[in-house]
Amino acid sequence: MRRIISMLMENEPGALSRVVGLFSQRGYNIETLNVAPTDDPTLSRLTLTTAGDDKQIEQITKHLNKLVDVVKLVDLTEGAHIERDLMLIKVRAQGALRDEVKRTTDIFRGQIVDVGPNVYTIQLAGTSDKLDSFVAAMADVDILEVVRSGVAGISRGEKVLSL
Amino acid sequence: MELLSGGEMIARVLEDEGVEYIFGYPGGAVLHIYDALFKDCKVPHVLVRHEQAATHAADGYARATGKPGVVLVTSGPGATNAITGIATAYMDSIPMVVLSGQVQSHLIGEDAFQETDMIGISRPIVKHSFMVKRAEDIPVMMKKAFYIAASGRPGPVVIDIPKDVTRPDEKFEYRYPRTVKMRSYAPAQRGHTGQVKKAAKLLLSAKRPVIYAGGGVVQGEGSELLTSLARELNYPVTNTLMGLGCYPATDRQFLGMLGMHGFYEANMAMHHSDVILAVGARFDDRVTNTVGKFCPGAKIIHIDVDPTSISKTVPADIPIVGPVQSVLEEMGVQLAALREKEPDLPDRGALERWWKQIDEWRATHGLWTGRRYSESKKIMPQQVIESLYRVTDGNAYVTSDVGQHQMFAAQYYRFDQPRRWINSGGLGTMGFGLPAAMGVKLAFPDSDVACVTGEGSIQMNIQELSTCTQYSTPVKIINLRNNYLGMVKQWQDMQYEGRYAMSTYEDSLPDFVKLVEAYGHVGMQVTKLADLDAKMEEAFAMKDKLVFLDVIIDPMEHVYPMHIAPNGSMKDMWLSKNERT
Repeated sequence: MRRIISMLMENEPGALSRVVGLFSQRGYNIETLNVAPTDDPTLSRLTLTTAGDDKQIEQITKHLNKLVDVVKLVDLTEGAHIERDLMLIKVRAQGALRDEVKRTTDIFRGQIVDVGPNVYTIQLAGTSDKLDSFVAAMADVDILEVVRSGVAGISRGEKVLSL
Repeated sequence: MELLSGGEMIARVLEDEGVEYIFGYPGGAVLHIYDALFKDCKVPHVLVRHEQAATHAADGYARATGKPGVVLVTSGPGATNAITGIATAYMDSIPMVVLSGQVQSHLIGEDAFQETDMIGISRPIVKHSFMVKRAEDIPVMMKKAFYIAASGRPGPVVIDIPKDVTRPDEKFEYRYPRTVKMRSYAPAQRGHTGQVKKAAKLLLSAKRPVIYAGGGVVQGEGSELLTSLARELNYPVTNTLMGLGCYPATDRQFLGMLGMHGFYEANMAMHHSDVILAVGARFDDRVTNTVGKFCPGAKIIHIDVDPTSISKTVPADIPIVGPVQSVLEEMGVQLAALREKEPDLPDRGALERWWKQIDEWRATHGLWTGRRYSESKKIMPQQVIESLYRVTDGNAYVTSDVGQHQMFAAQYYRFDQPRRWINSGGLGTMGFGLPAAMGVKLAFPDSDVACVTGEGSIQMNIQELSTCTQYSTPVKIINLRNNYLGMVKQWQDMQYEGRYAMSTYEDSLPDFVKLVEAYGHVGMQVTKLADLDAKMEEAFAMKDKLVFLDVIIDPMEHVYPMHIAPNGSMKDMWLSKNERT
């Protein structure tokens, strides 16, 4: 099952490599990874998506918690949460397809953030599923480049991940 | 406030931390530190002959004393040579602080001379690591390193120190913190009371209980509590390879070691048990045999300070995360309270039947009571360990290398105290024994320290004979010499129809007696069983001499029992070359 694990960790050199190293060392999979400093510059927020059975996920969260650099951790998929993945996608936009691309982008509530005579660059944010659907909807279009941020997530309601 | 350079701070921290020995080897990147040690440091430094031995010596010291071992090595090859020893300590949860030199900060990443990414290389085999960026951070960073290494589930911590932060001409205020707090590191201090209560109830309801205790009991100083709990309940106890000594081996309730080369009665009792109390043990693959067939009728209580050890391979019915000491203490209280209410628990009749069954197993195939090793005109390896046990009254610190000799030592030396059996259980590092013995002997100069080894393992760190000369560490090396890589040969006998692929030396072995004499030690060879005890006594009578006892043993002997794999359970064992359960 797909899980979104989000954690606060010390904003120290080497902290990220410890998280990533843990996954390769123990044979777990990282599907997406997103990390940036928070409002507190000593802390980074790292969100990753992974897949595994309950036993595996339990081991993953336990091992992550054991890392000295990890301060706090939550499995967002255990409760109501919001997840966002940001995609920048550059497509060939010529002739009749130019309008088609624009229409599809509007339907998905994306934005065209860069325009060239032959290309559009579209920005789209949403769940990973939504981004996948958009890519699928572009089946007839020549996709030149896809960049995704990986999932960032946060719990719904009053629940917070903080110190 | 006193002003010190980075190098001087390191020397001072080691004093303030109460470090007894530094095991190390100098080199370019750590010269400022070495100069500071030379000029003003009360902590003696032991110059090894290879950095791997520095880590093993510090490890042996740590296992025997319970205090973190300290290692100092230079950058590049100094650091990489230390890796095997760090991994050894990591696998067995041994507290250790490794200071590694690094090239100057501005050269990092430029493939400078003797540069290696020590933080990166050591990452999967350390509990944590630090890179020093500023000299003024050294005291707090080192305090954290010692704290992390020794608390919770202990382990090695690496501090990588670029040369420029140790410069003698830049001085900073020095203050060593007495304690340190880390928001991201808080090992469990006690177990969950509700879980302990549940566990106590289950334990008392057992009809066929076994206590399965591992290295965590030794490391967590839980031996006394475990022993009194087991005696109170009259429950049988088995120890893992790492746990030997945490329950007195000569006690009637002790079933011996369990696992791949565990005792028949221990493995049988585990397989047929209904409740297992696992304490500071981690259900290692060398214990469980096929996980899916592990102890089918048993409910499992698992106490461990490291939550990742719980339900990693075998699911626990009642997990308890906490230090063994505090959990066992609370468990004792809960058991007493429950028994006051229900004095008929545990079921004495059931327990009597269980002990009768165990005694039957013991009588038929027990290593100490029933089945013995095969008769031979040559010296049997087991006889050497028995002789060692007799001559040292069972009180020696025994280190070992890895292979058949290690298993024979684990089976036949009866450890009645924790921290006396010192071996590389997790990583299985050949070359561990001699440097580890050195570290133990430095910690306990008045105790007998024996290194049980083989001619394969001893040659992996034999250069330390020179260190032993320099620091007068008169350990006794018991070389079980069969002229084969014995454990490899055993597997080749059993699984490869006796094709000894690269497990012999083709007459290339040195004359060990002459070799140790060249280092200034005493060498003796034993070829006849009749001479064994006398030579052993002679060796231990030479209190201030390192003695190398080269014992020529029967090369054909295998270690038994041995779990049948693959697809075997705990009760499936070879008991001899042609006898199985």
